[in-house]
Amino acid sequence: MSVAGLLGQVFAIVFALALAPLLTGWVNQCRAWLQNRSAPPLLQPYYMLHKLFNKDVVLAHGASPLFRFAPYALFGCMMLACAIIPSLSTDLPLAPAADALALVGVFGLARVFISLAAMDIGTSFGSLGGRREMLVGFLAEPALLIVIFTVALIAQSTSVATIVETLAHREFVIYPSIAFAGIAFTMVSFAENARVPVDNPATHLELTMIHEAMILEYSGRHLALIEWAASLKLYAYSCLGLALFFPWGIAERDNFMALVAAIPILLAKLLIGGFLVALIETINAKMRIFRAPEFLGTAFLLAVLGMLVNLLLESRV
Amino acid sequence: MSGLMAYSGQLINLCAAVILLLAFAMLAQRRVIHLIDLFALQGFTLFLSTLIMALKTGQTHLFYSAGLTLGLKALLLPWILHRLVRKLHVKSEVEALINIPTTMLVGIVLVVIAFNVALPISNLSSSIARGMLGIALAAVMLAFLMMITRRKAITQVVGFLSMENGLFLAATSATYGMPMVVELGIALDVLVGVIILGVFFFQIRDQFDSLDIHHMEKLKEH
Amino acid sequence: MPSLLTIDFLLIAAGAWLGVGLLGLAVPRNSRFISSVLFPLGALVGLFVGGYALNALGQAPQTAVLAIGLPNLPFHLRLDSLAAIFLLLLGIVAAGISIYAAGYFRHDHGIPLGLLCLEYHIFLASMLMVLLADDAYAFMVAWETMALSSFFLVTTDHRHEAIRRAGYLYLLIAHVGAIAILLSFGVMTSGSGDYSFAGMRAQTLSPFWASIAFLLALFGFGAKAGLLPVHVWLPEAHPAAPSPVSALMSGVMLKTAIYGLLRVSFDLLGTPLWWWGVVALAVGLVTALFGVLYATVQSDMKRLLAYSSIENIGLIAVGIGLTLIFHAYKMEGLAALALTAVFYHCIAHAGFKSLLFLCTGSVLHATKERSLGKLGGLIHRMPWVAWLALVGVLAGAGLPPLSGFISEWLLLQGFLFSPGLPHPWLNMLVPVAAAAVVLVAAMAGFAMVKFYGIIFLGQMREPALKDAHDAGPWERLGLAWLTMLTLLLGVLPVTVILQLDAATRQLLGKGLAERVSEQGWWMLAPISPDRASYEPLVFLAVIAVSLLLGGWVVKRLYHGRLRRTPAWDCGYHFQGPRAQDTAEGFSQPIRRIFEPMFRMERHFPSIRDSKPYFEVKIEDHFWHWLYLPVARIAGRISTLITNLQGGRIAVYLMYSFLTLILLILVARP
Repeated sequence: MSVAGLLGQVFAIVFALALAPLLTGWVNQCRAWLQNRSAPPLLQPYYMLHKLFNKDVVLAHGASPLFRFAPYALFGCMMLACAIIPSLSTDLPLAPAADALALVGVFGLARVFISLAAMDIGTSFGSLGGRREMLVGFLAEPALLIVIFTVALIAQSTSVATIVETLAHREFVIYPSIAFAGIAFTMVSFAENARVPVDNPATHLELTMIHEAMILEYSGRHLALIEWAASLKLYAYSCLGLALFFPWGIAERDNFMALVAAIPILLAKLLIGGFLVALIETINAKMRIFRAPEFLGTAFLLAVLGMLVNLLLESRV
Repeated sequence: MSGLMAYSGQLINLCAAVILLLAFAMLAQRRVIHLIDLFALQGFTLFLSTLIMALKTGQTHLFYSAGLTLGLKALLLPWILHRLVRKLHVKSEVEALINIPTTMLVGIVLVVIAFNVALPISNLSSSIARGMLGIALAAVMLAFLMMITRRKAITQVVGFLSMENGLFLAATSATYGMPMVVELGIALDVLVGVIILGVFFFQIRDQFDSLDIHHMEKLKEH
Repeated sequence: MPSLLTIDFLLIAAGAWLGVGLLGLAVPRNSRFISSVLFPLGALVGLFVGGYALNALGQAPQTAVLAIGLPNLPFHLRLDSLAAIFLLLLGIVAAGISIYAAGYFRHDHGIPLGLLCLEYHIFLASMLMVLLADDAYAFMVAWETMALSSFFLVTTDHRHEAIRRAGYLYLLIAHVGAIAILLSFGVMTSGSGDYSFAGMRAQTLSPFWASIAFLLALFGFGAKAGLLPVHVWLPEAHPAAPSPVSALMSGVMLKTAIYGLLRVSFDLLGTPLWWWGVVALAVGLVTALFGVLYATVQSDMKRLLAYSSIENIGLIAVGIGLTLIFHAYKMEGLAALALTAVFYHCIAHAGFKSLLFLCTGSVLHATKERSLGKLGGLIHRMPWVAWLALVGVLAGAGLPPLSGFISEWLLLQGFLFSPGLPHPWLNMLVPVAAAAVVLVAAMAGFAMVKFYGIIFLGQMREPALKDAHDAGPWERLGLAWLTMLTLLLGVLPVTVILQLDAATRQLLGKGLAERVSEQGWWMLAPISPDRASYEPLVFLAVIAVSLLLGGWVVKRLYHGRLRRTPAWDCGYHFQGPRAQDTAEGFSQPIRRIFEPMFRMERHFPSIRDSKPYFEVKIEDHFWHWLYLPVARIAGRISTLITNLQGGRIAVYLMYSFLTLILLILVARP
């Protein structure tokens, strides 16, 4: 474990913690600009976190210890995810702890905990949110896994660091299967991060909410941790997408200068990515809840198609 | 330009993959107008791939093929179809016999079959883009699937035309295109076919007050 | 006295179990003695079995001959690494279940407790003999004993018609499977008359007969394991039995069938053909999809777990199929990877499924309810059961860092390497099969969340649930034992794999041990760290540290104040427990998306009903497509044959006369 590696790891974690709410704020800003209304300040998510941490936790009478534990578990899972995704550098000492398949497992673990917490109070909104979240999850998780399979078949490895290094070093080759996988990944990340067209992050109507319904009973520091974890999830998905499909600029082993240079590159990529997220959210309308399985089913089949195209076109038997 | 040509093989592969993607997207599409637009986009992608093939190999008749594709498949036929949809007041929903997710699952199975069938054949071909035979076969089969599982007559026409797109892609990839005479003949056939089908649609609608092809099943002895 | 080998100790253990059972029979109504002394004694014997089996892993095979049975046909017994793995599973899991049973079987369950004790321990002993058997005769005797004793255990509560029916169906299909297994053994002897496994190993069969033997074995062992289409007994029998018995059946008995399949395909049949693997893969995939789909729509908690067992057996069959394919193409390293995944999943499933069944037993004892619609909120009254069940549920969903994830991870790694196969069709179909496996895993998560959320979380759906009591001390011990097993399997994969490797090496000639042990005991990297690696302890540590650090920092910088109020519920605070999701409601999206797969009968309320209700009944398609027609045909054939029984004595005498004439003609000198 080298100094550069340790620094890269610490940077990755600190950056994730600090930058994730900023990314959410940036997406909200772009959305407001595109929708021709005045935006809240860019640092609004930080103000909200500070406000929520200051407030008391108001807990329902029927809440069990699982309910109180879930926000911390969620936060822990997202921290692990951000620690192993190569956002700034691939030289992360913690990366061997979990490869891409385990990363999907981490997201699944977080999803199960939040769904269970949603069912805990026993209101109709909670169980509705839990049910819908598991519905979206049960199709999004396989689609994500198949996307990972496709890139893993190209890079002959499931370790995220190795995939990024292989893809960054290949001479510029247009892989059609990566195009399919990229589209499928975008669809999945929209579903998992509760964005339009699957779920509206700003709604509180029971017919339309998924993520919001699950956290309806949370308040105070619990809610702050959950919101922070949600923005960490968006950050993690964005960094994963950037690492898999636009890996140029990520520092490699023992390269301290490249590590420092990677910071503005990452910021620039996130800036553009955030704007594109807001653009897609503005163009699309939110789907009926039962169109969501079809949407995700299409993503799943696109990912499978990408895998098949890879097997046909790109690797000769 | 020469730098781009170095990537021509991959660009053609990319165009083929996009055509397959569009064939899949047409299977998943719910609205007739978007279906026709996707078909136009597929024609445009076909034009691009033929153009790159023509620039790479320098064969003049491929340039003519590309121009014909652009004019006919990307511009004229979609325009005719849009006019038909407007004149016949076709409802915007595509009516499917089996629901869309199942159709897409069957589509994936067809893609697997097509890829496997094409693998030994494409090893024999000598063109620069021989992996495309499997993709073209898959596109043809997906278009056929669309023809089978849709109720509206207009979607069947779009499926038929999309099948012809796939055949054209197969021909270009395997043998540098078809002889010009054959090409022109097929193009004329397709154009006339669409016009005749358009006339038929008016007749069907007058007879049955609907363009649902299942009503034609009444045309039997007893 | 010659020194005793491990196999002799195991036979003594089987005898000990029998002895415990007979002791119970001697004092059938003394429930104090039976539950506080005999069952824990049985658990102790189980621990010994596990310990000896662990010892036997990696040693040379040992044989023994038991002179019971027919005069010239003694029992041949053999202890090799493959049997040792499953014996380890049997011993450890049975120990936990027996300790739980010590607290569960406190009073008569419809039959005297002594009788139950006898049947239970005969069941355990017969499973041990199945694993040790080295010839077809011993195997079938032990197999039938296992089937019979479990039949009696399933119909313990024989006063209920539904339970009797479930037992009958179970026995019927068990016997159909046993016939197939017997035929398979017969084919494998290829007419030599030598029914010992050593003899079968020495035979070389033509590909045709070897395939027949394999397919018969797949059908026969599949009938006991619960593969499609002979799975219908599982969702009936497992819920009907008392909970420790369900746990034993689901956790251990299904694995003896897997043991049988492994024994036949890898040991007795020599080199397999590649298409056997495809058949096993396809059957396993369909079984897994079917099982998980039906698990998500159940309203009875034990049926849900039974269907989940079908799903896991399907996944194990998928692993076996993949191993067969790799083995047939001589890619031994990858075959070892897939086989390790199979072994791991067997042990992991035994652990967490038994844990979940035992938790449902506690819930049943506390609330007398089995239907999910009458449970809820039990985490407040039964914290021990609830928190330990949470571990089981997370393992069942295949989530890291628990045991269910590791076997899935290994299996998916095996799938990722299958594009190296020399066969073009297989090259493409196998990754598509991988897509189906990940779909199964995701839906298993749905089913597990439904199971846990509806039983333990939320509000209590019946007022009587307030009087529920937590599990007793014996039960807690049993549950904790199985939880510890699940946790250890999850965080120490390398240690476990190094132990399992002996069997992999025995069956395939190559194991994962060299690669796996290169990286140290905390990192699992079956090929190389560059290709794939997983460190469950670091994983757990990072999550735990972030969790604790986050909580501590927040409490330090801000505060930790908390107060209790009624639930917010968007302002609708008059809603009672009826407003939360029912079991059917939670799975409604699945029912809607996968409607053609179920056979549903729905009754919708109409405005003319004086007492409107909604009812949905979900049945198995296979019952109507396969079983009812077969039953009808059997019924019709039987009716035809009863025509022989005319009632007239002259006709009967004529039958005897005709048979006599026929015999004289045939046996003419």
